[in-house]
Amino acid sequence: MDILSNLALGFSVALNPFTLFLAVVGCFLGTIIGALPGLGPSNGVAILIPLAFTMGLDATSALVLLTSVYYGAMYGGRISSILLNIPGDEPALMTTLDGYPMARQGRAGDALVISGVASFVGAMLATIGLVIMAPMLARVAYRFGPAEYFALYLLAFTTLGGVGSKNQAKAVIAACLGLGIAMIGLDNSTGMPRFTYGNLHLMDGVDFLVAIVGLFAITEVFFFIESHGKDSAIGVKLEKVTVPIKDLIATSGAMLRGSGIGFVAGILPGAGASLGSFLAYMAEKSIAGPSGRFGKGDPRGVAAPEAGNNAAAGGALIPMLTLGVPGSGTTAVLLALLMTLNIQPGPTLFADNPEVVWGLIASLLIANVVLLIMNIPMVKIFVKVLMVPAWVLLPGVTMIAFVGIYSLTGSYFDLVLMVGFGVLGYFLRKLDIPTVPVILGILLGNQMEDNLRRAMVISNGDWTYLFSSGIAVGLWAAAITGFVAPIFLRRFLKRPPQPIEAEQD
Amino acid sequence: MASDRIFGLVVLGVALAYIASALQIQTSFLSDPVGSKVFPLLIGGIAALASLVLIVRPDENPEWPHGATWLHLGIALVVLVAYAYALKPMGFIVPTAVAAGVVSYQISPRLNTATLTGIGLSLGLFVIFKYVLGLGLVALPRALLG
Repeated sequence: MDILSNLALGFSVALNPFTLFLAVVGCFLGTIIGALPGLGPSNGVAILIPLAFTMGLDATSALVLLTSVYYGAMYGGRISSILLNIPGDEPALMTTLDGYPMARQGRAGDALVISGVASFVGAMLATIGLVIMAPMLARVAYRFGPAEYFALYLLAFTTLGGVGSKNQAKAVIAACLGLGIAMIGLDNSTGMPRFTYGNLHLMDGVDFLVAIVGLFAITEVFFFIESHGKDSAIGVKLEKVTVPIKDLIATSGAMLRGSGIGFVAGILPGAGASLGSFLAYMAEKSIAGPSGRFGKGDPRGVAAPEAGNNAAAGGALIPMLTLGVPGSGTTAVLLALLMTLNIQPGPTLFADNPEVVWGLIASLLIANVVLLIMNIPMVKIFVKVLMVPAWVLLPGVTMIAFVGIYSLTGSYFDLVLMVGFGVLGYFLRKLDIPTVPVILGILLGNQMEDNLRRAMVISNGDWTYLFSSGIAVGLWAAAITGFVAPIFLRRFLKRPPQPIEAEQD
Repeated sequence: MASDRIFGLVVLGVALAYIASALQIQTSFLSDPVGSKVFPLLIGGIAALASLVLIVRPDENPEWPHGATWLHLGIALVVLVAYAYALKPMGFIVPTAVAAGVVSYQISPRLNTATLTGIGLSLGLFVIFKYVLGLGLVALPRALLG
């Protein structure tokens, strides 16, 4: 059994006391980050990357710490959804629909326990799915040449634009913006400067961490200034938490179905956790039919989306690790981490750095158990953390972002650039232009171009080479379908319903 | 409507400038069939097309902030840029306290809490960064330390 011996290798890495300690710290920080409105998995992980890097953690430790934060944030998002009717992060939006009504009926504790167990089931099944599927996909990925990789990158952009955004033109602009920024700096093949306009700071190109922290963390500060922090938690109460065994049994089907749906949604490029929880909720609602009390505090309406979003978080790691193509904003951030650590994700990762991959997988399994313990008996601690007011939290986040980037690059130019990205992110989000394609463009731009140029070198400039293999044609077809189909499907599928307003009585 | 149209025009302008700039890229004798210009030209071209679509079919206007909020946002922006320039020459503690305090005040305009938040965050983060995480931060202006 290959998998078992690999897992044994993984656990030998993960059970080292320091790694274990990092996993616990990561879970704790992650749950807080997920629970606090305004800090989600993407910006939470983004501001921690420069810090993890300057602390001199090795690749495995840094990866374990930050993926624990990632999983933790997925658990934590539900806490403020249920108690405050404010999703702690985007994927937790669906949990507000039934979680908040449950809390108003005095069943906040039950909702937290059910969603916590659902998160555990979803994340655990997805991690097991990752163990089984990632090596299989890695074997397929060995057959990818430059033409296939170019088509794959295209697929990531088009599905992200098609599925993940409301307006294709805006997603295309976002992707081009990111790709265009990636071109700045010295050309990899010829060594000639491009778009540097004589500025020495731009010769190395734009550091993707600067862009990510700017677009995620600094932008958030501007949004909070605009709203004057009115989305903060005031007056949260949580009574005694007991385990509602009857509800757990009744919702077990919803959890399993939600996990399956979420896992598949997570693997698809561009779909990610938000879509996973949305589809899981909708599916459960239609299965329950008229017998369900969805929207009025049905426990299944809490279990399904939470299982869905946590399973999607695990599923999204598969394309990121095996192909180097992230399926969501946060996995894009994790890809940035790997690239900073000089680890090239892709099929060779499994052969060259088995201790990194399997150590990571083993840590995820451990992190899940830790998170279940933290999120059920210890949930009250996190409810207390929710009380941190926005006027302390957001300045704190800003300063951490500045220190992180400053200690990483030591240059005021990068700090100004980061603020610039923050301003850009503010206008993009105001205009409803997705920022994830921008990040993906900056991350993948150079590799996309390199693969195109390598393909053309192989074929001696014959462009039909891009469509010469079955895999490439399939990827092109999927890319075009992923971009065009949602235009027609949008008429049939309604957007996810907005959460009811907290003020409403 | 108007917001998307204006944004579309800006993107169109930037895309055309990008294309013009891409045409100026120096080529080297070490060239491959694609060269350094083609990919940037493709990006610029696609962005220009998408901006035309946006100009023709804009979405509804977002809700923009009003006068006073723009002022708050502007102050925060100026302070953050100033902070970026001040961090190296002036050390960590003073610029951080000022910047954190001002940002806090822009979110919730109460002078005392903002001042306390600024000072508290600055000292607290300094201790965490310097002594717990071991980052090499300089506390005060280099000139004072001699």
